Amino acid sequence: MSEVPLTHILFLSTALFFTGAYGFLTRRNMITMLMAAELMLNSVNINFIAFNKYLFGSKLDGVFFTLFLIAIAAAEAAVAIAIIINIYRQYQSIDIDDADSLKY
Amino acid sequence: MISSAIFYLLAAFILVSGALAVTSRKIFRAAIYLLFTMIGVAGLYFWLSYEFIAAVQIVVYVGGIVVLIIFSIFLTHHVGSEMEKPNRIRMGFSLMAVFFAFVFCLIIIWRNDFLPAGAAPLELTVERIGEQMLSLTEHGYILPFEVVSMLLLSAMIGCIVIALKVSPEAVSSKKGEN
Repeated sequence: MSEVPLTHILFLSTALFFTGAYGFLTRRNMITMLMAAELMLNSVNINFIAFNKYLFGSKLDGVFFTLFLIAIAAAEAAVAIAIIINIYRQYQSIDIDDADSLKY
Repeated sequence: MISSAIFYLLAAFILVSGALAVTSRKIFRAAIYLLFTMIGVAGLYFWLSYEFIAAVQIVVYVGGIVVLIIFSIFLTHHVGSEMEKPNRIRMGFSLMAVFFAFVFCLIIIWRNDFLPAGAAPLELTVERIGEQMLSLTEHGYILPFEVVSMLLLSAMIGCIVIALKVSPEAVSSKKGEN
């Protein structure tokens, strides 16, 4: 573990974050956008864990932030999917370009 | 040597399956690639010897969120249908934005020298996590713990209310108002 520098783990999490950002920008389907947001949340978790492991080994704050983030991500995903299912009932589609009643 | 090889293999696995998860045009495959990404991240936590976090990652993400996403795909999609290709202009601009932001972050990370806090690293045990999570002293996490439990309760009630089936007459009268 000590042979891999911290910057390489940060590169990994940065690349994962921007993969998720790319998906969030290009996808037009609500479920796939939710999946891209989950990827971004995961990359943040990797950062917290890596910083805790490499820089603050005697404390547990990064671990707690990760645990709370995972719990909040679960709540967020559940609410998002409830909203998506409700939108599907209203519009028979989950494309975000179709759900535009509030736009005009 | 072997340890760093494992890290680079895990990193390649995470990045490849993450890229496939955001570019695959079959939504079910995208969900499966997301599942592989989550497993790869859990493997990374195992590699950092944070076994408890890895277990939580597997239980919540792989066992919970991805399964929820797959269920919602089954509720809203026809099996085997492909999504349309993203708009080429939007794809180009998104790629450019993401690429430049990525390079910017890499430069910042590269220039920063991360200094360890110095104290000896301690073993991450479940007892220690549990004690600090529920302690009322200065570095305890009892307040966020309670707040998160309230958040989960309200999210659960909110999901039930939002996804509750409304009767068809109510929907048609709402459409008539528009």
